[in-house]
Amino acid sequence: MTDEITLNIDGQEVTVESDKTLLDAAKEVGIDIPTICWHEATTSNGLCRICVVEVEGQRLLQPSCIVRAGAGMKVRTRSERVVRARKTILEMLASTMDLSESPEILEMMNEYGASSERFPDAERREIEVKDDNPMYLRDYSKCLLCWRCVQVCADDAQYTYAINFSGRGYETEIGTFFDRTIPESTCVFCGQCVGVCPTGALKPKREFLLEEGMSPEEITVMSSGRKQRKKMG
Amino acid sequence: MSEIDLTPLQNILNPYIPLGRSGLLPALHAAQKHYGWLSQPVAAEVGKALNIPLADVHGVIEFYSLFYNEPVGEKMIRVCTDPACALKGADELLDHLCSHHKIEPGQTTPDPFDQAQGRPARTIERSPCLGLCEQAPAVLFNDEAETNIDLQTGTYELGRPPSVVYGTIRELTKNCGGETTSLNNYGKYTAFMKAQKMQPADVIAEIKAAGLVGRGGAAFPTAIKWEGAANAEGDEKYVICNADESEPGTFKDRVLLLDDPHSTIEGMCIAAHAIGAKKGYIYLRGEYPYILPVLENALTEAREAGYLGGTFDIEVRLGAGAYICGEETALFESIEGKRGFPRIKPPFPTTHGLFGKPTVINNVETLCNVPHIIEKGTDEYRKLGTEKSSGPKLFCVSGDVEKPGLYEIPFGMTLRELLEMAGCESFQAILFGGAAGAFATPEHLDVKLTFEDLREAGLPLGSGVVMVFDETRDLRDVLKRLGKFFAHESCGKCYPCQIGTQRQAEILDRIVDGKIKVGDIERLKDVGWTMTDASLCGLGQTAASAVLSAMKEFPDLFVESGK
Repeated sequence: MTDEITLNIDGQEVTVESDKTLLDAAKEVGIDIPTICWHEATTSNGLCRICVVEVEGQRLLQPSCIVRAGAGMKVRTRSERVVRARKTILEMLASTMDLSESPEILEMMNEYGASSERFPDAERREIEVKDDNPMYLRDYSKCLLCWRCVQVCADDAQYTYAINFSGRGYETEIGTFFDRTIPESTCVFCGQCVGVCPTGALKPKREFLLEEGMSPEEITVMSSGRKQRKKMG
Repeated sequence: MSEIDLTPLQNILNPYIPLGRSGLLPALHAAQKHYGWLSQPVAAEVGKALNIPLADVHGVIEFYSLFYNEPVGEKMIRVCTDPACALKGADELLDHLCSHHKIEPGQTTPDPFDQAQGRPARTIERSPCLGLCEQAPAVLFNDEAETNIDLQTGTYELGRPPSVVYGTIRELTKNCGGETTSLNNYGKYTAFMKAQKMQPADVIAEIKAAGLVGRGGAAFPTAIKWEGAANAEGDEKYVICNADESEPGTFKDRVLLLDDPHSTIEGMCIAAHAIGAKKGYIYLRGEYPYILPVLENALTEAREAGYLGGTFDIEVRLGAGAYICGEETALFESIEGKRGFPRIKPPFPTTHGLFGKPTVINNVETLCNVPHIIEKGTDEYRKLGTEKSSGPKLFCVSGDVEKPGLYEIPFGMTLRELLEMAGCESFQAILFGGAAGAFATPEHLDVKLTFEDLREAGLPLGSGVVMVFDETRDLRDVLKRLGKFFAHESCGKCYPCQIGTQRQAEILDRIVDGKIKVGDIERLKDVGWTMTDASLCGLGQTAASAVLSAMKEFPDLFVESGK
């Protein structure tokens, strides 16, 4: 058993185990802090900064998914600074990528009054859909770089290391070794990356084809046909 | 193109195999030196030899600006276009070079090919600050510095960049201003020998009493770092010299390392004794390749004299073009063979640093202060400076002054006194502290150059940058270049900086081009404050510093309706 400590979140006294993050501590008293990159199955890296909160005595906003609750802490989860940061991050995301299949983020934008038109003439990430394997598609125009796919492919789950990053800064993308196709990579098609993708950037091919209007029968014929051709080849 | 011959590669890679993942950057440097660039088969061999996943190898190549995954010219011409060089005609120089060779910046000449190597002749690219600001405009030509380039007369200096040292005292720069000081001329490591006779705790107490704080930009008390690492558990500890000097306008560490490498090495030896480290690294920025042999030679001298190689030794690691690696945790990642992503703090380096072990990391100038303090003692050291800012300080003066150069003065002189020495009679603004700094105006002339006075004036001392702009300069152009710099150098890890630096650069571009949009000023503020408040590391937290400071000091530059 870890020690219990008491802190103050938005004026409420909260008593939690001392190894809890501020995010979890807030959850215990029903205070909802938004998250984007956080996932229960992956290591928290504090990338999206949407979960930042104001902690008294700290000069900078603190990522609540990482910072541990401390005795006597005074935390504000919706201060003016917090709201400005969250709203601006959301608006910047909308100016960068295709959020059409990210309903949670669109809802967040609504809640924070964030406008998708805030940054006119911004250079967007527009990347051609990669359709190079029978299992899943990669549409990196929808990728918000939460790193989850890279993490589950590596030390957080599969130890396959098929994907990593290319580029740097705003030009960062998820990529394979010299942009090889997925079948040419070390991918074992475990599907975990697709499972943790929050934005539809990684999508099962079947789901994509259904959305494209193909019937389940047509898809079955198509994929079995592919197998036959492979055998004949 | 001719087939790439992989047979020499095994021998090239052999020395790095025992290093494992940590050998990745040195291995890539060595492979690139041989082949000119890093092709897919070469990168795959590197990954196999060092047992690193290929996707990770590619990720590292892609992160660092000085690694190339396509053929580049045998002659690499990197033209600095950051503010100090821009003032001296860097854009015209770049245009001239490009039109002469009929290529655009970032391109490689299509021919002639060297058939044996399969390599094109020449690549010309823009470079972030090369740390040659007092000799602007400057170019890195392969591994050599080309400085004081004059398009009119066609003259320039090539090779070891000459050091230009001024000021009122010669403490840290005692051995600077000429050729590299050999160990013979440097003399014995008397401060180190004195420290070895002291208890480690007493060495730390001496540094603490002297009031030494970091000179890299963050001004953190050096003794607190040392104490933390000394008290941390474990017997594997590291001392690192941060020589990734990349802050635009900064060149002090270049001069110190090139002219007087033994001061830094002796400082590291004392730090190692104080914390109980067996291994040290000097992480040298990739844009200073000409310092590498100087350091290697000095380390050999120190080993032969018995100062190194016994209980403590030092290895030099060369960066590969990434400003972010000056951030201490990103620097650890880089030595570990990874992309230079900064880590979340806490835990701090003193307990969880390089390879997760207790680590002290200090800037070059900070380490150069250490032998002085130990040798002279605190009382003598404190005769220079003020109570809260003790000792000597280096300032990197560049831009519109008669005598740009490295100035060593005691803390406590005024900005006016420094500028008078540099031959600056009037100015519009000074970029103070670096790209991550703020603007000073003539109103600040009587501010004393100390940590406490500058803080009160809202000016960060940073890395000691004093970049002067006269009344004729358009500060919006300066801001545009700073914006581009941060967008280029953001690592892309956290969203505020990854996207914010890009949006900031776009808005600054519009302001310079007179195409400012309604709402741009508010956008710039929101982006700036979000980066400042919510970014993961110091890069993002200061990426809007100069812009926000310019908005405060020069609001007329940011008028939406006035264009």
